[in-house]
Amino acid sequence: MFDILGFLRKKEPASGSVAKDRLKLVLVHDRVNCSSQVLEMLKGDIIKVISNYMEIDEDELDINITQTRSEDNKGTVPVLYANIPIKSMKRKSSDD
Amino acid sequence: MGEVIVVTSGKGGVGKTTTAANIGCGLAVSGKKVSLVDADIGLRNLDVVMGLENRIVYDLVDVVEGKCKLKQALIKDKRYAGLYLLPAAQTRDKDAVSPEQMKKLCENLKEEEFDYIIIDCPAGIEQGFKNAIAGADRALVVTTPEVSAVRDADRIIGLLEANELNNPSLILNRVRTDMVERNEMMSMDDVTEILAVDIIGVVPDDESIVIQTNKGEPAVVVEGSKAGQAYRNITRRILGEEVPFMNLKEEETFFSKLKKLFKK
Repeated sequence: MFDILGFLRKKEPASGSVAKDRLKLVLVHDRVNCSSQVLEMLKGDIIKVISNYMEIDEDELDINITQTRSEDNKGTVPVLYANIPIKSMKRKSSDD
Repeated sequence: MGEVIVVTSGKGGVGKTTTAANIGCGLAVSGKKVSLVDADIGLRNLDVVMGLENRIVYDLVDVVEGKCKLKQALIKDKRYAGLYLLPAAQTRDKDAVSPEQMKKLCENLKEEEFDYIIIDCPAGIEQGFKNAIAGADRALVVTTPEVSAVRDADRIIGLLEANELNNPSLILNRVRTDMVERNEMMSMDDVTEILAVDIIGVVPDDESIVIQTNKGEPAVVVEGSKAGQAYRNITRRILGEEVPFMNLKEEETFFSKLKKLFKK
């Protein structure tokens, strides 16, 4: 049938691509959780490195794996998201 | 010295038993001495897929418990020279056997001079899986191009590598090329990109598998079966040959073109 508004409506991506994007994200989560300490170790390492340069609020920080729209807008990509509140900048880095 | 290959997947129902039966049969028909081993204790199926269900006298658990000799439990397939089946027990469960016992069993099978020992692994990641991989030299991971199957395959690959079964080979089963072309099903390239393992075969979704299983005869020996052809190719790749992947596109006949015209 002649769908007048059809070409104005944004075309839904085909399910094969949707499946691929979803799988990629799910597997990132699964693989991190499976080694179960990996995210914790990663957090620990990040805190250590950043603490060389600035004092951060370790209780309020948020480090997680999530997803965001990819640059070419063709789907979503997994990202490591880190929100780290700074208490103060150190005058010089602690491994001088 | 023989090679022990475990056929696993994580997800149930993706085609491990069918794959094990067809590969085992394919290798036997290529002149190798092959033992199929059903490691799905309590839910045995390799016997019925192979059409050997009426010939079971002893099973894997009987062997492991010393109630009979290995040779007494092995069923010789009268249709295909060199092919034997060690069935699972139906009335026990996965705790009846330990990984150490499975390892010993595989060694005993190697002593019987089998070229290939194909272990049909049960679904899951618990005791049954641990038993099935205990004596394996190599793993084949079967998956379908569906989200849940690929996810489970990824987990299984992780567990295999943790158990030193590195570089498992992937078999992508039940592929519908028409859907892949419309991008409504993931392709072989999509799945291999996501799982990052080498692919050893692509098997199309094929009625002949249902028909052959009904009859208890593996599709790999049926000339006209597309799935059978895929399994023949996989067999050759296991034997070290380089075989190009099948063109799975349906050949267009005049009738199918007419059908398409009316669908629009």
